[in-house]
Amino acid sequence: MRVKLRINGEDRVADDVWPGESLLYVLRERLGLPGAKNACEQGECGSCTVYLDSLPVCSCLVAAGQAEDRDVVTVEGLAAGDALDPVQQAFVDAGAVQCGFCTPGLIVSVHDLLERDPAPSDADVREALAGNLCRCTGYEMILGAVRLAAERRVGG
Amino acid sequence: MQMVRPTTWPAALDAIAAEPGLLPISGGTDVMVDVNFDRERPTGLLDLTRVPELADWSRDGDLLRVGANVTYARIIDELAALLPGLAMASRTVGSPQIRNRGTVGGNLGSASPAGDAHPPLLAGLAEVEVESVRGSRRIPIDEFFVGVKRSDLAPDELIAAFHAPVAPGPQQFAKIGTRNAMVIAVASFAIELDGAAHRVGTGIGSAAATPRRAADAETFLAGEITERAAWDSPTPLPDAVVQRFGELVAAAASPIDDVRGTAAYRRRALSVLARRTLGWCWADLDGRQCA
Repeated sequence: MRVKLRINGEDRVADDVWPGESLLYVLRERLGLPGAKNACEQGECGSCTVYLDSLPVCSCLVAAGQAEDRDVVTVEGLAAGDALDPVQQAFVDAGAVQCGFCTPGLIVSVHDLLERDPAPSDADVREALAGNLCRCTGYEMILGAVRLAAERRVGG
Repeated sequence: MQMVRPTTWPAALDAIAAEPGLLPISGGTDVMVDVNFDRERPTGLLDLTRVPELADWSRDGDLLRVGANVTYARIIDELAALLPGLAMASRTVGSPQIRNRGTVGGNLGSASPAGDAHPPLLAGLAEVEVESVRGSRRIPIDEFFVGVKRSDLAPDELIAAFHAPVAPGPQQFAKIGTRNAMVIAVASFAIELDGAAHRVGTGIGSAAATPRRAADAETFLAGEITERAAWDSPTPLPDAVVQRFGELVAAAASPIDDVRGTAAYRRRALSVLARRTLGWCWADLDGRQCA
């Protein structure tokens, strides 16, 4: 089947999509957007997190056909040209990245959190990131990156 | 495999009538896991996310009708004051990403004994509205679940909504899992105290082949409260009453040993959850009287 959708502000078309195929597979394998990562394929790890109609979702659990005519924003769509989003820059500056596999999903989840709550408490950050697993960092550097991003956004 | 994407409720009912092998999908948080892992290969997926009739909830007096596609995130944001027990259970579902997609309609459709929405729906005497081209009917929630991941839904029926009264009194929910986030229940329990009807509602999760009520516990506790005229002036319940309530809740379960826990642990956990949530409800009831 053919799936038409809007990704990072552009109209895109994917052909030969199997009806049981996930949005994640279409993004990575058919549309050349490998930012969202494929790990658990069961909504546990959050490494495939993207925005679907402005809500963060696990793209592995969205059937691609369900995204027809919907608006998708992936981690690739957050930077403005060469200028990283403040969340991305904070992850770089705070050293919140080790192997990097969980990073794109975390960036999207943190981006959403700070859009909703510009100054979250640590408890709120932990709750918002409960669906993004990192097996390297122990999360402390990630929490540091969220605090840094929040400060910079407010400081503007 | 095909994907059928109706944009109206009648078209969805026609589609499932024409091909009952279609697997309905909304948030996909259960269905896509099975598809991704080759555990499920239906003849096709029936995408219900474009059916506007399923998307909203409404209130008529003290009764709520909640469309099958209302997500856990929306239950938490929009219905926490009207259905606090269900909102508490919804907060324990998966992660933010899962709560943004997962729906109570889907939870009912999967009919898992561990479904987090089920205990509060049981405690609150909800009804499931199902429909097919043959007509519509409402199934009392305690008749809806018929076996492990099996419901009373006919092959050509779809879940339209659930109906539930606005909380008539304190509601609570508690769940035991291996950690706090992203976890399936090892045991869960919901309770409701209806001061006007002098009724206690309960729902047990993950401790029998289906979610179920603890009817003897409900009758016992309602009787004890009534006997003490405590609905309107909630004096502390004797420890023996609280203890007995926990025992009766545990006795209503038929748990098994599995990878998540033993039957003995589940019974023990249920009696603790029952006593604990009763205590919270009692404090709520007391607070309302004082306010």
